Amino acid sequence: MTVPLALLGLLEREPSHGYDLKRDYDTFFGRGRPLPFGQVYSTLGRLSRDGKVTGQSEPGDGPERKRYAITPLGRQEVATWLAEPVAAEPYLQTVLFTKVVLALMLGRDAAGYLDAQRATHMRRMRELAEVKRGGSLTDALLADHAMFHLEADLRWIDVTQARLGALAETVRAS
Amino acid sequence: MIIEAREVSRSYGSTPALREANLSVAAGEVLAVMGPSGSGKSTLLHCLAGIFTPDSGEVWFDGRRLDTLDDGRRSELRRTAFGFVFQFGQLVPELTAADNVMLPLLLGRTRRKHAERRAAEWLERLELGDLGGRRTGELSGGQAQRVAIARALVTRPRVVFADEPTGALDSLTGEHVMDLLVGLAREEGATVIVVTHDARVAACADREVMVRDGRVCDPYVTGAVR
Repeated sequence: MTVPLALLGLLEREPSHGYDLKRDYDTFFGRGRPLPFGQVYSTLGRLSRDGKVTGQSEPGDGPERKRYAITPLGRQEVATWLAEPVAAEPYLQTVLFTKVVLALMLGRDAAGYLDAQRATHMRRMRELAEVKRGGSLTDALLADHAMFHLEADLRWIDVTQARLGALAETVRAS
Repeated sequence: MIIEAREVSRSYGSTPALREANLSVAAGEVLAVMGPSGSGKSTLLHCLAGIFTPDSGEVWFDGRRLDTLDDGRRSELRRTAFGFVFQFGQLVPELTAADNVMLPLLLGRTRRKHAERRAAEWLERLELGDLGGRRTGELSGGQAQRVAIARALVTRPRVVFADEPTGALDSLTGEHVMDLLVGLAREEGATVIVVTHDARVAACADREVMVRDGRVCDPYVTGAVR
């Protein structure tokens, strides 16, 4: 859901062509997952249909180009979106918790799973630390965001590991 | 291996802190030792550094048995081959930053002029070039830890032991301190063993081990206790 709003936000900064919008999106938000051109134009088409952007054709020698600009309605949507906090989603927690509980339920090695998960998380933490060392400020801040989430998972893994015995009793008793 | 613990046990009274702990650290490696409070990670660090003598087991440094050395020789080894960074720096607050950095050199009978020059160089490398004359009691937490790093590295140690070096710092300052510690230690070819409960600090290391109930676990070998 963030692609249309990110494109609207970029258009609030300045009117733009689809090609330039894609380039800006990839630069700021793409992070190895560039936005397909098809998605850019289909999104702009929907935003235009909903009255959030306008597209002005520009004459030229080559194929017709449209310059897109945000409308007051689009501007309002960006303002509302930016003011709303994102739901505090538990991210991976559900998956990790399910795996631990199922492992205990089935008499499998839950501690081993947590160790393996911890090692995987730490490996990713190291990769992100490397990104921070060699990257730009935007790379570093995005890496930070990921690292703080991984860190939260790691703390949960530690706490769960320390309480695995009690959790096993609870799971087996119910 | 530059440093090794072999089946090291150590108790405080009747409470065991380390139980036949094994650990090998390669020369030039940066290792994070993680684990819950009271798991024995700091005791392991102190045994490796020759500060504590194990009740049983062996500690080897660069092919030599360390735990059987007498106090004087262990103390000399700590001064010449090891560097230390602790959570609260353990600097002498009445002395200036430069004096604190010079201290291990002067204890090792380095001439004062030479020690002054080396301290100034290291303070510069730690981005503290203009604070050499400041008493360490007047420095911020991050500045004081950087002085502690300069003091730890000024003798060109083979191994740097760091016990929760960023524990008293906010996350940005802690990160900067760790970058400096690890970056400079790598430049010097020193091994770093850092005890931490902070995953972001551990992420600066080449690998990490977990200490649980006095034993060293290698998280890359599922469930294995080394």
